Amino acid sequence: MSGPALRLAVELDGDGAHPAAWRRAAHSPDHLLTPRRVARVAAAAENSGFTLITLEDGALPPGGTPDVVGRIGAVERAAFLAASTSVVGIAPVVPVTYAEPFHVSSQLASLDHISVGRGGWVVGEEERPEAARVWGRPHVDGEAARARESRDGVEVVRALWDSWEDDAVIRSVATSRYLDRDRLHYVDFTGDAYAVKGPAIVPRPPQGQLVVLGRPDRVPAGQLDVALVEGRDLAAVAEAAAGAGTPRTFAEIEVALDTAHATAEERVADLEQHAPWTDRGRLRHIGSASGLAVLLGRLRGVVDGVRLHPLVLDEDLPELSRLVLPHLFERRLAVRPLPGASLRTHLGLERPANRYAAGPDIEALQETR
Amino acid sequence: MTRTDPLDVPRPDAQLHFGVFFQGVNHWTIWSDPASGSQIAPANFRRVAQTAERGLFDAFFLGEGLRLREVDGLIHELDVAGRPDAITQLAALAAVTDRIGLVSTSNTTFNEPADLARRLSGLDLLSEGRAGWNVVTTDNAWTGANFRRGGYLDHADRYRRAEEFLTVARALWDGWADGAVSGAVGAPAWAAPGAVDRVRHRGTQFDVDLAPTLPRSGQGHPVIFQAGDSGEGRDFAARNADVVFSAHGNDFDDALAFAEDLRRRLLAVGRPEDDLRILPGTEIIIGATEAEALEKKRWIRLQQVTPATALGVAGLLWGLDLSDRDADGPLPKEDPVVAENDGSFGARRVADPRVVVAEWREKAEANGWSLRETVIALGPQRGHVGTPAGLADRFAHWVRHGAVDGFNVTPYLIPDGLDDIVDLLVPELQERGVYPTEYTGRTLREHLGLREPLTHRSTTDGRQAG
Repeated sequence: MSGPALRLAVELDGDGAHPAAWRRAAHSPDHLLTPRRVARVAAAAENSGFTLITLEDGALPPGGTPDVVGRIGAVERAAFLAASTSVVGIAPVVPVTYAEPFHVSSQLASLDHISVGRGGWVVGEEERPEAARVWGRPHVDGEAARARESRDGVEVVRALWDSWEDDAVIRSVATSRYLDRDRLHYVDFTGDAYAVKGPAIVPRPPQGQLVVLGRPDRVPAGQLDVALVEGRDLAAVAEAAAGAGTPRTFAEIEVALDTAHATAEERVADLEQHAPWTDRGRLRHIGSASGLAVLLGRLRGVVDGVRLHPLVLDEDLPELSRLVLPHLFERRLAVRPLPGASLRTHLGLERPANRYAAGPDIEALQETR
Repeated sequence: MTRTDPLDVPRPDAQLHFGVFFQGVNHWTIWSDPASGSQIAPANFRRVAQTAERGLFDAFFLGEGLRLREVDGLIHELDVAGRPDAITQLAALAAVTDRIGLVSTSNTTFNEPADLARRLSGLDLLSEGRAGWNVVTTDNAWTGANFRRGGYLDHADRYRRAEEFLTVARALWDGWADGAVSGAVGAPAWAAPGAVDRVRHRGTQFDVDLAPTLPRSGQGHPVIFQAGDSGEGRDFAARNADVVFSAHGNDFDDALAFAEDLRRRLLAVGRPEDDLRILPGTEIIIGATEAEALEKKRWIRLQQVTPATALGVAGLLWGLDLSDRDADGPLPKEDPVVAENDGSFGARRVADPRVVVAEWREKAEANGWSLRETVIALGPQRGHVGTPAGLADRFAHWVRHGAVDGFNVTPYLIPDGLDDIVDLLVPELQERGVYPTEYTGRTLREHLGLREPLTHRSTTDGRQAG
C-alpha cells in the first residue's frame, strides 16, 4: 500500500483498554489518580512520537467494582498535560449530551491557548441514563436523541470559537479601546432544545478551531475534522473511511503486544479471567510488534491515521515505543510531530477562516495603492 | 523605622497571607503600558504564578465571567476582556508550580454540583491538595442567555441554591473513604469493597443519586472561599467558608469592624472565631520614598482611568451617553436619568444616582476637580501606597490587631506586577516576623493554617450539628 504517512494517536485513559488492565499495571491502584502518573504516561507517549494523545471521560465511574471506579476529568488532565508536554497534541473526550456547550467551548478554547495550538476534542456521548442525574436534566433517550445533542453541542461550541475574530483585541491606546466590538459576534444559536447567545469569554483559540474528532455516525461529517472509524477487518475499515466524508480519517485499533515476559495471547488470557475485553467492533491486533507494523503499513492510504488503544499502558506503550513506532518512522510509513507546529499542521489541516470575519476590504486595499 | 512591640498586641504571632488575583474583565490592568503583556498567553499566567510562589504566596486566584459586559446593548470596549476558563487554566498551572494554592471562581448558578465538584476534585488531585473554590452566584437572566437553562433565579434563590450546591459537592467529596484505593500491586480489587459511598441527595434544588469518581486529596477537599458582603453573604460565609475575600482592606477601622462582625457570626454558628481567614482584595503601590510612591499612584490612576473610561464610568452613573464630552472639563450639568433597567449589564450600577451625583458635584467644586479627577478621587479607593518599610509596618499592625489575615493582591501590570512586592515588600515583612520565610506545608489548607474541612469535624469540635 502507498499513500501519505500515517499520523499516530494513542488513548491514555486509566491503565489501558482492558477493564482489568490495572491488574497488570506497574504501579499500585492508588497511584493511578496522581499527577506523577498522569504526566509520566503522557511523557512516554510524547517521546515515542505519537502525534496525538486522547483521554477518555464520562461523568460516571469508568467501570464497576472490582475494577477501576475513579477518574480525573479529561479536560483537567489535558490542561495539566498541555503544561507538561511540548509537542504532542492533546484531545480530551468531552460529551455534550448534557453538559453546557458554553462551558465546554470555554474549556476547550482554554486548552488550545494553554497548549499553544495543540488542542483537540473527541466528541463523546453520555450513554448511561444515570448520567442525566449528574446534570439535573431529563434523560436523553436513544441514539438519535444523543446524536442530536452532539450535533447541536458541536455547532454551538464551534460557533463560540469563532465569536472572537483573531484580531478582536486591538489595544488602541489612542481611543482607550481594548476590544473592537465589531470583531466580536453573538452566535445566537437556537436549536431544538435551547438557545445560546454568545460571544465567548475566551478569545479565539490559536488554531482558530480545535481539531474535532468523533464517530461519523454520531456527529455530522461537516462538523468533524477527523472521523474515528471502526471495523473488524481492513475491508470494513476501508469502507467506513471511504464513506466518512470528513477531511481526515483515523482507524480505531485495539492492541496487545508480545513482551519479554509473556505473549500477547497470554496477557489477554490473564486479564480475561477477571473481565471480558469489551468488543466494540474495532480492529484488534493481538501479537507481535512486527505484525502490528505490517498491519499499520497496510492501513497507509486507507486512512490518514490510527488511534491505538493499548491493552495495558505500562506493558504495551514501551513495546510500541521500542519496536513499532521507530520502525514506522524509519520507513516513513508514519511521521513524528514537529516542535512548534499546531495539531492542525501535524494533521495537514488548514487553519479555518473565521465564519464571522468579513476579511480584508479588497477595494479599500486597492484604493490605497 | 517605627516598630510595633510584638507582645503588646492581640495577635503577636499572627502571620500575613498573600494571594494574587489575576484579573479577568477590568479596567485596572494597565494594558496600554509597553511593559504590559498578553492577558491570555500561558507564559504570563505561569510567570505570575511562579513569581507569587517565589514570594511564598498562599494562592493564585482566577475570576470568572460568563458573558461579556455590555453598555446600552453594546459590548464594552474599554475594559480588558477575554480570559481562560478558570479550572482549565489552573490545572495547567498545577503542572508548573509546586506549592501555591490554585483557586477557581466558579458559579453555582450556571453549573451543576456533581460536574463542578468533580472538576474541582480533579484540580485538587492534580495539584496534590492545592485547590480552592471561590463560590459565587449570579442572579441575572442576561448571563443565563448563554446556557441551556437560561436565566431563572431570583436573589433569594441563588443563595439557597448555592448552599445546597455546597452540601452536595461536599457529600461527593466525602464519598470516598480515606485509603479507599488499594496501595498494593496485586490487590484483589481496585478499591476496597464498600469504600465508595453512593451519594443520594434530594432537596429543593438538586436531586442527585450518584457514585462519585474521585478520592479526597491530601487537604481533605478544596478550600472554600466566599466574597459576599451583604448580611446574607456574611452569614453564608460564616456557615460555609474557610476564607473570605472582603472589600474592607483600605481603612483599618473599617477592616477591623468587618473582621469582628464576621467573628461574631462564626461564634453564632458554633465555629471557633479564628476558623476563617479574611483576605481583602487590594492593590499595592511601592516607591522608594513616600513621595515617589504617591507620584507613582497618580500615574497609575491616570493610566487606569483614561478619558474614555472616565466618561464611561460617569455615563453609567448619569444614565447618559457622555462619550463626546471633555473628561478633563467640568462635570455634566444634566441631572442623572434614573431608569428601572438602564440596559447596562455586568457593569457598574448604583442604587440612586442622584445622591451620588450630588456628592460628586459638591466635592468636585470644593477641590476644583475635573470630571476625570473626580472619577479617580471618588471611584473605588483601592489599595496601599508607600515604601516597603512603611507598608510592612502598616501590614504588621493590621494583622497583629486582627483587622485582616492578609491580602489578595491585584497587580496593575501583567505579567511583572508582583515583582516589587516579592522582591522589596516580602523581605521587610519577613524581617518583622509577620511573613513566612518558607512554605511549611504542602497543601493550601496548610498554608492558610486552617483546620480540617467542616464536614470532617465531629460536633464536639464546635461545629453546629446539621
